[in-house]
Amino acid sequence: MENKKAVLSIQDMNIKFSLRGQILHAIRGVSLDIYEGECLAIVGESGSGKSVLTKTCMGLLDKNGFIESGHIMYEGKDLATYKTDKEWEKICGSEIAMVMQDPMTCLNPLKTIGWQIEESLRYHSNLNKEERKKRVIEILTDVGITEPERRYKQYPHEFSGGMRQRVAIAIAVACNPKILICDEPTTALDVTIQAQILELIRNMQKKYNLTTVYITHDLGVVANVADRVAVMYAGDIIEVGTSREIFYEPKHPYTWALLASLPQLGIKGEELSSIHGTPPNLFLPVKGDAFAPRNPYALAVDFEYRPPYFEVSPTHKAKTWLLDPRAPKIEPPKVLEMIKNMERVGGVLGG
Amino acid sequence: MADKKEILLEVKDLHVSFGRGKSLFEAVKGVNFNIYKGETFGLVGESGSGKTTIGRAIIRMYPTSGGEVIFNGQKINGKISKELDKDVIHNIQMIFQDPMASLNDRAKVSDIVKEGLINVQKGLSEKEQQERVDKALLDVGLLPEFASRFPHEFSGGQRQRIGIARALIMEPSFIIADEPISALDVSIRAQVLNLLSKLQQERNLTYLFIAHDLSVMRFISDRIAVIEHGKIVELAPTEKLFAHPLHPYTQALLSAIPMPNPDLEQNKKVLVYDESVHDYSSDKPEWIEIEEEHFILANKKEASEYRERLKTL
Ligand SMILES: Nc1ncnc2c1ncn2[C@@H]1O[C@H](COP(=O)(O)OP(=O)(O)OP(=O)(O)O)[C@@H](O)[C@H]1O
Ligand SMILES: Nc1ncnc2c1ncn2[C@@H]1O[C@H](COP(=O)(O)OP(=O)(O)OP(=O)(O)O)[C@@H](O)[C@H]1O
Ligand SMILES: [Mg+2]
Ligand SMILES: [Mg+2]
Repeated sequence: MENKKAVLSIQDMNIKFSLRGQILHAIRGVSLDIYEGECLAIVGESGSGKSVLTKTCMGLLDKNGFIESGHIMYEGKDLATYKTDKEWEKICGSEIAMVMQDPMTCLNPLKTIGWQIEESLRYHSNLNKEERKKRVIEILTDVGITEPERRYKQYPHEFSGGMRQRVAIAIAVACNPKILICDEPTTALDVTIQAQILELIRNMQKKYNLTTVYITHDLGVVANVADRVAVMYAGDIIEVGTSREIFYEPKHPYTWALLASLPQLGIKGEELSSIHGTPPNLFLPVKGDAFAPRNPYALAVDFEYRPPYFEVSPTHKAKTWLLDPRAPKIEPPKVLEMIKNMERVGGVLGG
Repeated sequence: MADKKEILLEVKDLHVSFGRGKSLFEAVKGVNFNIYKGETFGLVGESGSGKTTIGRAIIRMYPTSGGEVIFNGQKINGKISKELDKDVIHNIQMIFQDPMASLNDRAKVSDIVKEGLINVQKGLSEKEQQERVDKALLDVGLLPEFASRFPHEFSGGQRQRIGIARALIMEPSFIIADEPISALDVSIRAQVLNLLSKLQQERNLTYLFIAHDLSVMRFISDRIAVIEHGKIVELAPTEKLFAHPLHPYTQALLSAIPMPNPDLEQNKKVLVYDESVHDYSSDKPEWIEIEEEHFILANKKEASEYRERLKTL
């Protein structure tokens, strides 16, 4: 990323939910710039806030949720101040589009595939009927659906899971959005089909000059698609850097733990490194570093004060007191060295 | 793995089909494998390839339409005596794919865990039952106090542990684990894998481990069978399979495994499996041992090609 230009800039975001009289602090002060043309991956365990953060940028925050403070800057406007559906209409779908984990949630089982892609064009563009159909066939071809003329007239149940996900991507890119958010789009798919969808997303990114945000908990997938990686824990981005920085030089103990628990780093017959305990209860205030109770490297200060970002490089920063100049020098777990020296399996493959 | 390999389970030319007449569908089309006592035998393949069906046919949840399942030297598929049926229930337990869906949300944890036990051991007193439940919960790292709670009060990893406790209480010798970690969050997958390994070592358990994630398979399995469309296409000790996969389908699966290394991932070439590479019109495929402990589905022409390739390694 040379001349970096942020297309979307999230600043000091705090998002809360009210639930049966209690308040849950789901996003706790997140700042994040998303650069033009990049693919940014957001990783973190279930409940860390990946979906809430990204859905908020499209005006899809659940009704019981609210932005307590913060800004979402997009083309000079602050989306955090948008209140009505009317305001969001111009953004959601046409400027920022989303692909979900389960394509069936966004496909209507009673309408043909062609109708559904066209619907989004009818809504967001001023093409006439004929032009729309032409465009739909073109997009279906783009997402790798063969015989698009025939497929156009079929219904979702006539498609396999992988093909439905291609259609969901087709719907999302139909209106030429600037930003494409993919929320776990391949978790439900087989590895070989997953690899194809990832390749498709990369191609679409190039072809349509898309900025992509890719949400996942699968670090193998992250290594495949991402230029940069943001690691979320308990409603905060605790480390962000280029893909190489996160995989080869991670700094936050939570990132260490995530990487170390990968079965790819496991040695047969030995225990796999695992993260003990549970993430903090976000109904209660979090004191200090939210990861401290589960962190074998926690310092006394971690239980008292929340760490700020420490800059590791111009592109890499992490919220951990271990990076404070006064902190003791702690080496990352030895197993992480395996990552750099990994080789592809099946030596004779493709040879 | 045991030093002297003793066969615990033999599956011979197993067929399983669903429906009848016009809608007859053969999900498992004649598979063969042995599982040795004390080992972890992995079964991988894509969605719909027949993995769960094989597991369910072994524990007699699905009837078989051909072939034999032999456990401890006894045939256990088809019609068997009540006595043997009870024996099978005791000895072979299954851990299910989705911990969220497989536990009855309105039943207390203690009732869930002891359900299978009281079905086969009718005479147990309340106290004995409770002792067994407490022990099973402790075995999987849960507190006995949890027994009176309900499944929805637990995290995904804890729920999967409840599923494992329910299997362990039967004191089985053989466990079929059907995708036991796929539905779990990254941070708890390692815990459940470690728990399964620990239990195996302590009790000399044998596992049939079903998954589609080959990196998990490599870590946990001693041997791996690759299934495609109801047929096992290759079977080998794990490291052999990873070092020199022979069948083009296995090669495609291995080429797609995501690795946590950006340089490898961004330069990877995913192989696409094309069934039409096999010409089985006259030279029919057979299940052959191509090298020691390495089986493959191939016809004569392919087999000689594979042998040639093995010589060059
Ligand atoms: N409508 C809602 N009401 C109350 N709490 C909510 C609501 N939506 C989300 N949350 C809470 O906000 C937090 C973040 O949720 P989010 O869905 O963003 O997690 P995630 O990182 O996407 O997890 P996953 O990997 O499981 O999708 C969680 O604690 C969740 O329970
Ligand atoms: N009870 C059933 N009735 C009819 N067809 C079935 C039944 N169970 C499975 N099948 C079919 O048999 C085939 C194999 O299914 P199975 O569940 O064994 O696949 P699997 O390999 O376990 O897949 P997954 O990875 O998705 O769990 C599929 O085509 C499936 O639709
Ligand atoms: Mg989510
Ligand atoms: Mg299955």
